[in-house]
Amino acid sequence: MSLTKALSKPAGSTAAPSPLSVNGLTVAYQKKPVLRGVTFEINEGELIGVIGPNGAGKSTLMKAALGLIPSIGGEVLVYGKPYKEQRKLIGYVPQRESVDWDFPTNALDVVMMGRYGHLGWFRRPGAKEKAIALECLSKVGMADFADRQISQLSGGQQQRVFLARALAQDAKLYFMDEPFAGVDAATEKAIITLLQELKRQGKTVVVVHHDLATVQDYFDSVLLLNVELQAYGPTEQVFTQERLQQTYGGRLAFLDRSFQVPAADSGKGV
Amino acid sequence: MSDFWIILTGSLVASCCAILGVFLVLRKMAMIGDAISHSVMPGIVIAFLLSGSRDSVLMMFAALAFGLLTTFLIQMFQQSGIQSDASIGVVFTALFAVGVVLVSLFARQVHLDQDAILYGEIAYVHWNIWELGGVNMGPRAVWLLGFTLMVIVAVISLFYKQFKLCAFDPALAAAIGIPVAIFHYLLMGLVSMATVSSFESVGAILVVGLLIIPASTAYLLTERLGMMIGLSIGVGIASTVLGYLAAKMLDASIAGCIVCAAGVLFALALLFSPSQGIVAKKLRLRKLAA
Ligand SMILES: Nc1ncnc2c1ncn2[C@@H]1O[C@H](COP(=O)(O)OP(=O)(O)OP(=O)(O)O)[C@@H](O)[C@H]1O
Ligand SMILES: [Mg+2]
Repeated sequence: MSLTKALSKPAGSTAAPSPLSVNGLTVAYQKKPVLRGVTFEINEGELIGVIGPNGAGKSTLMKAALGLIPSIGGEVLVYGKPYKEQRKLIGYVPQRESVDWDFPTNALDVVMMGRYGHLGWFRRPGAKEKAIALECLSKVGMADFADRQISQLSGGQQQRVFLARALAQDAKLYFMDEPFAGVDAATEKAIITLLQELKRQGKTVVVVHHDLATVQDYFDSVLLLNVELQAYGPTEQVFTQERLQQTYGGRLAFLDRSFQVPAADSGKGV
Repeated sequence: MSDFWIILTGSLVASCCAILGVFLVLRKMAMIGDAISHSVMPGIVIAFLLSGSRDSVLMMFAALAFGLLTTFLIQMFQQSGIQSDASIGVVFTALFAVGVVLVSLFARQVHLDQDAILYGEIAYVHWNIWELGGVNMGPRAVWLLGFTLMVIVAVISLFYKQFKLCAFDPALAAAIGIPVAIFHYLLMGLVSMATVSSFESVGAILVVGLLIIPASTAYLLTERLGMMIGLSIGVGIASTVLGYLAAKMLDASIAGCIVCAAGVLFALALLFSPSQGIVAKKLRLRKLAA
């Protein structure tokens, strides 16, 4: 089945399939759609910013792409196949508030969880997983905190642990939900360096981002979202005043300021 | 000899509950444990009516069915927008009430009195003997609980990483392809099994105590999940022994004393835990101030 599919590529498209192609995706929690008919296709090896107001459906888009919530219409393909067949290629950094940091575990153990997907049903994490996890922790500058109980880490350190866990997943396509939320300048720098390192390795990273002032510096492409897809494309073409006005509706009084005053606390997620 | 059997029975109940309790507490589902332990009651009565005996196998299946039904209904109500604590309350009180009605309706056929279901009769475990081909195999409850404990240990250790990730970060678990819903129902199925096996010995109410208190005590004492499970079992067994001794001294309800002992151990941990205890925190602050 998959063989015939692989062989019968449409004529002319010799290029490798896109890391993520979303076609007419519609998602509703109750009655009202939270995402409506979203269609786009991303390029491999880019850093992509997902921008939109609170409640625009950015987290929902990621969750639907990961198959965490059912969609009522449309299709998501990861490297040309349904995400179910491609789970090992995908890494995920959820919003930091989505887990209970009082859980009895330490930083190293959390990073090792990133390896669970590679272990199959019955194998337990062992020395190899531990070594990988330690390496990932040092990549985010957290090696000294390996044995620290996770509630005794600062918010920025917790975010780094989450990033290390995603690195441990060793994926090709990453989804990160607000990795920059509530971190200080040093951690923000560390994170963006890491994202650029991932990009150098040819990985594709989709990042939900709220700080409009840094979008142009960080991302190759941006996706403007407000229930419907507002625009998607290279940052310099898409990230314009006009398009942002349209995306944020009337709620954009702060925007002009944030362009002139970079890194002002513009619009951190609620 | 009866001392030995009672303490063994109590320890087995405590161990079953302690292991599952850890996952309930960590998933903030302690009250679902409460709900299940009550709503399996109609299942037990129906099994009784059908088989006319305390045949454990049928009871186990009936309890399992009602435990999963409870879990499913709670889930369904939550998804249709009812507050989670309200859905739990609605489902388990309604099912429990059905059980009470059934018991009162069929009291004559059932030989099951409500006191026994609620408070257990651990003092008499050694009277209810399992005989195999005329050979005395020891109390039936011990065999039943031993079997349940083995199932729990086997399932949890086989799928330890799945249960752990589902408890800590269900979103990542689902993203890497762990069937989160199946593990949820598996856990709830185990809770139903533990509940029905423990029923006759400690009763429905006290099962809840043993599900939640030792696990919460262990939570205060350690920062590792594996350790938390071990400590939870330790606290559960210690509660059983201390509670039984107290009950003998005071000539009071054994099951009641066991859960009281668990409560006392919890209070001690709350005060004196080296990391999170109130006393340790005070001392640390004083040191800082000095
Ligand atoms: N579990 C849920 N049940 C019902 N509605 C939900 C649920 N999660 C999100 N929503 C609704 O879906 C919409 C989109 O939510 P989503 O979390 O995707 O927004 P977002 O763009 O990530 O916002 P933020 O910037 O605040 O993180 C919101 O209107 C929200 O109220
Ligand atoms: Mg969000």
